[in-house]
Amino acid sequence: MTKEKKMVILTGFIVGLSALILVAFGNPKNMGFCIACFIRDIAGSLDLHTTKGLQYARPEIFGLILGSTLFALINKEFRATSGSAPVMRFTLGFFMMAGALVFLGCPLRMVLRLGAGDGKAIFALIGFTGGIALGSYFLNQGFTLGRSFKQKSIEGMLLPLISIAMLVFGFFKMVGFEGEASHAPFFLSLGLALIVGALAQRSRFCMVGGIRDYILFKDNHLFLGSLTLLITVLIGNIILGNFSLSFTFSQSIWYILSMTLVGLCGALLGGCPLRQLVLTGEGNGDSAITLLGMLVGAAVSHNFSTASTPTLVKSGGKIEVIAGLVLVTVTAVLIVKKQNKGVN
Amino acid sequence: MEVDARGLVCPQPVILTKKAMSKKPEVMDVLVDNVAALENVTRYATAMKYDVEKVASGDEYILKLRKK
Repeated sequence: MTKEKKMVILTGFIVGLSALILVAFGNPKNMGFCIACFIRDIAGSLDLHTTKGLQYARPEIFGLILGSTLFALINKEFRATSGSAPVMRFTLGFFMMAGALVFLGCPLRMVLRLGAGDGKAIFALIGFTGGIALGSYFLNQGFTLGRSFKQKSIEGMLLPLISIAMLVFGFFKMVGFEGEASHAPFFLSLGLALIVGALAQRSRFCMVGGIRDYILFKDNHLFLGSLTLLITVLIGNIILGNFSLSFTFSQSIWYILSMTLVGLCGALLGGCPLRQLVLTGEGNGDSAITLLGMLVGAAVSHNFSTASTPTLVKSGGKIEVIAGLVLVTVTAVLIVKKQNKGVN
Repeated sequence: MEVDARGLVCPQPVILTKKAMSKKPEVMDVLVDNVAALENVTRYATAMKYDVEKVASGDEYILKLRKK
């Protein structure tokens, strides 16, 4: 087995282990390491939405970014770049978040839910795989968001610096406001996130990439990471007594379609929400814009009640998912057509 | 034959390489400017039975691919 494969497998294992630890120490059940949920809570902490219980500047997100930054700086891989279709990336980030909040989980949490026996995650996985297959088809047909260009270092350092500021803000805001959202101890979350961020930077761990690379190149390299994550949380949940099998066809079509939207957006963006954070940490301004699109998407989903509750997919969410799928698909078709005509 | 994949993030550098390989070149150069693309193109080319030689030039890399 190559060193690269070992690294991806190690990352999958540590992500799964961290999720189990964080849940055991207070993070909401099965959330562990949900990028979409955490960004939503950060939007809440900034009062971009005011849903009670979902307002906390989750240190995991900033830890992931900073872990990636630190490792990228050590490895001399930090490069400030941007300029590749920023508005399009913002929009794709917005819809990736909207879709995730209809299913209630990013691709990472989908696997965590699967590993806890939640049957709804099977439908989500079907949709997610379908979305990536569609996105991969567009990529194969010539879809591109265009090239990025080198920028001044400070451009790439801004989000990591903001992450440090947000950690300080989150730490002090948390004091005295313990009831706002259930969470693991601040420094435990931060420490684990720094480790995962560094490992994911090194291994290029990506939930979208695992399926995408297999479809496009028959390359199972990244997929091994996702598989390791699933096995880790499955075994962990069984040992800890958190595994409880449940299955229902109710609202399954919406779990399929919402995660189709997430998979499609992720494939066109070049990576899942976790990968976007890691790339942001490496100085990639295009991923930073995607992250901001996700933040706004989370705020809108809660302010306009399109985000689901654990038992109900709302009509607004259904409309948003359909609108997102149509908009993103039409945009991708138009880009492919123009690309193949040689028009920019 | 040369593939310019600078400024592109994965999987696009590998897709461009794959498309160029469909013409079955004996040798080709792939230009990349990030380490993830460098690793991914190298992995794909190796799987496609090409020898890969890496030439670093500043922030960029030229991957010299030669059919085994």
